Amino acid sequence: MTMLGDRQQLSYIASQAADARLNLELETEGMTLNIGPQHPATHGTLRIIARLDGEQVVWAEPACGYMHRGYEKLAEVRTFPQVTTLVNRIDWLGSFANEVPFILAAEKLMGIEVPTRAQYIRTILFELSRIANVSLFLGDLGVQLGAITPVFLAFRDREYVLNLIESATGGRFHPNFDRIGGLKDDLPAGWIDETRAVMKKLRNFCDQIEDLLFGNEIFQSRTRGIGVIPRDVALQYGLSGANLRASGVDWDLRRDQSLPMMWNKADWKVWTHPDGDSFARCWVRLQETRESTKIVDQLLGSIPAGPVMAKVPKIIKVPEGEAWVSTENPLGEMGYYVVSRGDLGPFRVKIRSASFNNISITPWLLRGVYVPDIVTILASLYFILGDIDR
Amino acid sequence: MVLNLPSEKVKPLSSTSETATLVVDTAREELLASIKNSLGEAVVDSHLKPGDDLWILVRTDAWQASLKKLRDVHSFDYFCFLSAIDWMPSPYGRGEDDPTEPAPERDTTIRPGYAGGETRIQVFVRVVNSTTHIGLNVKADVDDTTPVIDSLISVYAGANWHEREAHEMFGIDFAGHSDLRNMYLPVDFEGYPLRKDFPLLARMVKPWPGIVDVEPLPGGDSSDATNDGDES
Repeated sequence: MTMLGDRQQLSYIASQAADARLNLELETEGMTLNIGPQHPATHGTLRIIARLDGEQVVWAEPACGYMHRGYEKLAEVRTFPQVTTLVNRIDWLGSFANEVPFILAAEKLMGIEVPTRAQYIRTILFELSRIANVSLFLGDLGVQLGAITPVFLAFRDREYVLNLIESATGGRFHPNFDRIGGLKDDLPAGWIDETRAVMKKLRNFCDQIEDLLFGNEIFQSRTRGIGVIPRDVALQYGLSGANLRASGVDWDLRRDQSLPMMWNKADWKVWTHPDGDSFARCWVRLQETRESTKIVDQLLGSIPAGPVMAKVPKIIKVPEGEAWVSTENPLGEMGYYVVSRGDLGPFRVKIRSASFNNISITPWLLRGVYVPDIVTILASLYFILGDIDR
Repeated sequence: MVLNLPSEKVKPLSSTSETATLVVDTAREELLASIKNSLGEAVVDSHLKPGDDLWILVRTDAWQASLKKLRDVHSFDYFCFLSAIDWMPSPYGRGEDDPTEPAPERDTTIRPGYAGGETRIQVFVRVVNSTTHIGLNVKADVDDTTPVIDSLISVYAGANWHEREAHEMFGIDFAGHSDLRNMYLPVDFEGYPLRKDFPLLARMVKPWPGIVDVEPLPGGDSSDATNDGDES
C-alpha cells in the first residue's frame, strides 16, 4: 500500500476487517440475489448477481452484454465519417465527447490541422456534454439514496444545456456534429450570450446540490468510508476520470496531454480527493462540473473569428498507420486505437470506454459490503450501459 | 455528408511521417533505450513516433514477464486496455458486394502494423506511467493454430475482463485465466466475431443500400457522386 491518506487507510482497513470477519464467522446458509437487468439502480440493463451471507456480499459479479452492439465490428465496414454516428451512442448522456477522440485520431493520421475557431467550439461543446452528463449523475445520486428532489433539479437544469447543444448542433442527444477537419457548422447567433446565462444557472445548481445532498447527514453516512478503492488498485484496474482522482491520483488527460483542444487556454483546477470512497467520487464529480462551467465561460470570451472547417477532400481516405487518442470524457478516459490501411474506412478500431474498466473493479469492490451499499457504490462509480457493452 | 469545400483546388495533405521527423522526442527515446536494456532479448522490435507514441513487440513466451518488468522497473502502473488485432484483410471487403454476383477476388495477404510481427493475430496492451503520463503499446504475436498466451491477471488485475473479451471475440486462450466465460455472446455461440473472416451477416443477407441506390444528388455535380476518391 503506497501513499495512502490517513482516512483512506482507516477505511481500507475497516473494509478489509469486514472481509476477514466473513471468513471467521460460522458459515450460514448463502443466498443468491439477482439485481436487474431491469432495476432503477442499474442505469440501463446491467445485471448483478450477488451471493449473500446474511446481509453481506460474499461474491458479486456484473453480467454484461444485454446491450452489446458490436461497434468495433460495425466500424470496420463503415467509412471514417460514418463512424461518428456509431460512437455517438456509446455514452449517450455526453455524446459529443465520444466523437472527439475518434475524429482526433483520424486527423492525427491524416496530419490535418483544425482551424482555431473549430478547436474552441469543440472544447466548449465537449465541456457542455460533460455538464449534461454529470449533472444527471448528481441528481440521480439522490434517488439511489431515497431523496427525490435532486433529480428534479437535475432534469430541470440539464434541459438548459441540452437546449444549447440542440441549438448549436441540431441534436439533443446525438449531435454527430464533429467532422474530420473541423465542425459541421458554425455557432448560431446569440448562442454565446445564452450559454453564459446557462452557465450561471448551472453553478447555482451545483450549489443547490451541495447544500441539499453533500451536506446531508444521511448522504454522508451512507457514502463515507463505503466502497474504498486504494490508489494502486485503482491504477491496476485502469479506473479513470473522477473515480481515479477520488483515489488521490492527480491525473487529468485534459491537462496532462497535448491535444489540439483548448483546455490549456482556460484557468481551471483538477480536483482530487484522498479518501477513495463513494463520497469522494461524488464530491470530485461535483467540483468537476463547476470547473467545466468555468472552462466554458472563459473560452466563450476568447473564440477567435475564422472558418470552422479545414480544407479536407470530399472523399476522405486516411493514410496508413496506427493512432491512439484518448480524452477525459465525462465518465473517464475514452480512447480509440485506430488502425488504417489507407482505405476509406478503418481497418480496426479498438474502443476503450471508461465504464468497462470502471465496472470491472466491482467483483473486487463489492466483496464484504452490505446489500444496501451495493446501490450507492455502483451509483458512485457511475457508469453508462452503452459505455460498458459498446 | 456535405463538407464546406473551398472553391480553389485542394492542397495535398502533409503526411504525419513528414512532420514527425522534425520533432525530437528525447523522453521516449530514452525510455525505449532503457526498456530495451532491461527487457533484453524479449523485445523483438519497436516503433517510435516522435511526440506521439511508442510501440514495442515482445516475444510471446516473455509476454507476462515483460509486462511485470515494465510495471515494476519502469513504473507503468496504469492498465489502459488489452485487445487483439487480426491483420488479415477481410475476404468480404466492407460488406458491400452484390449478393447476386460472384464474390470478387480479394488480396488477403497478412501485413503487420507498427513494430512488425509474424502472425495473423496479435495481442496488444496499452499501459501508462501514471507519473510521467507516457504510454506504451506492447504487442505480442499469437500462434495461428494454437492461439495461446499467458494471462496478465497476476500483473494487472484489470486485465481480467479485457482478456475475457479478447477470448470471445478473437478466440485467444489466456493461460492462467480461470474464468474465460463469454461476456457478451450467448454461451453456445460459434465463431469469433472480430476475426476478419467472420462475416458481418447483416451486410450479407441484403444488398447494402449505398450500392444499389446510386443516384446523383439533386443539384449536385453527378461526376462527384460516382468518384471513387482519387482526388485524395
